[in-house]
Amino acid sequence: MTPRITGATALRVLRQLRRDPRTIALLLLVPSVLVTLLHELFSDRPQMFQQIGGPVLGLFPFVSMFVVTSITMLRERTSGTLERLMTLPLAKLDLLLGYALAFGLFATVQAALVSAIAFGPLGLDSARSPVAVVGLAIANATLGMALGLLVSAFARSEFQAVQFMPALVFPQMLLCGLFVARNQMAGWLRAISDALPLTYSYDALARLTSPAALGARFWADLAVTLGGALLALALGAATLRRRTG
Amino acid sequence: MRDDRYVSAGAIVVRNLRVIRGGTIVLPGLSLDVETGTVTGLLGPSGSGKTTLMRAIVGVQLVAGGSVEVLGLPAGSRELRSRVAYVTQAPSVYGDLSVRENLAYFSSVLDAPAENVESAIETVGLGGFEGRVVNSLSGGQRARVSLATALLGRPEVLVLDEPTVGLDPVLRRDLWDMFHRVAEQGATLLVSSHVMDEADRCERLLLLRDGRLLAEGTPAGLRDASGATDLDAAFLRLIETEEPA
Repeated sequence: MTPRITGATALRVLRQLRRDPRTIALLLLVPSVLVTLLHELFSDRPQMFQQIGGPVLGLFPFVSMFVVTSITMLRERTSGTLERLMTLPLAKLDLLLGYALAFGLFATVQAALVSAIAFGPLGLDSARSPVAVVGLAIANATLGMALGLLVSAFARSEFQAVQFMPALVFPQMLLCGLFVARNQMAGWLRAISDALPLTYSYDALARLTSPAALGARFWADLAVTLGGALLALALGAATLRRRTG
Repeated sequence: MRDDRYVSAGAIVVRNLRVIRGGTIVLPGLSLDVETGTVTGLLGPSGSGKTTLMRAIVGVQLVAGGSVEVLGLPAGSRELRSRVAYVTQAPSVYGDLSVRENLAYFSSVLDAPAENVESAIETVGLGGFEGRVVNSLSGGQRARVSLATALLGRPEVLVLDEPTVGLDPVLRRDLWDMFHRVAEQGATLLVSSHVMDEADRCERLLLLRDGRLLAEGTPAGLRDASGATDLDAAFLRLIETEEPA
């Protein structure tokens, strides 16, 4: 791994993103619009918004980074640039960390913006600093990015890559505890939920924004989130082959 | 078939190379040499295995047997990644970046001096297009951006897969002149083509058909050997002698 190449890769990814202002606008504005909708939806029951608003903030970067990374990496594979990079003195880690840096930076801006709106005009309260919520959102973005990178190896077209979102992201959202508390789920659903990384990310966010003590479970959640990201990244790295058939 | 005990100091030495792609034998056991400091043409109809051979030489092709050595090292060695450059048939550059941004990125990966970017742009005749986004360029211009990328690191071996397809005759002549200048400085070029009039611009030719080396030699030598006046006819006669109708 070479810091020069990692940095150049991050800069290159950001430059590519800059050429697509519509995507930037959508990525930055849509979460804010959605969180405002959520606020209005529960205008009669503000305690609901207080309860789920915080965790939801952290989920946006997970979803958007999953989609953005899977498509960008798929393009890299299909355009032949990945094959060219594999003939050059670039380590796989340079490529992966370059992406992580660029998208991590972008996720930070996204999370900061939606948090500013939620904690500001929408009046969301957090038991802990909004900065911690943004920090956890970035951890979630890393998880989404790593999963997106991994699935890009299994998509043959951008159309397929987009379909991985309902296939892999929606079940995690449904089962993470956001819609139905996990202790009210049927045993087998709960067992599936136990195996999904987003369950732990959601739990960490819920604990962070609730006034109760964080407890050891919070740190375990955080470890699973980051461990899941590392595992997905390692599996994703294994799909980047210098030699192919 | 060449004697395997033959020892050569060629820049590229291929021995009994066997490649199977998707259950089909593409290269059944190919042996050939590319002399250092020459422009060698790799000719043959589409499907003859030219691209597969080139991919094996740059170390991105999974091989089933045999050996490929480049500059005395096994193909795909880490040390070769900054000494061997490969240009794929389809331009492999970032369509959403400008010409200069593409070259700047690959130049950082190669740790090439900054002035190489400008000279590579000049060499492929893209002066004045530096700021243009690659997607807005014509197919021929995109191919030249891809070619310029390969020149950045001043490689010792250049493997070019049909680099002049779709270019106008003046530009093609200029590029072939450039290939010879690069070779005069000591580099070795392997250039594939299915256009026979380009063959005359090579110092040596390798004729490939169905993954086998049909003939090799200088353009004049091949014409004399077959008794034909032009290379197209020479190629036809060589095929007919090998497989009498």
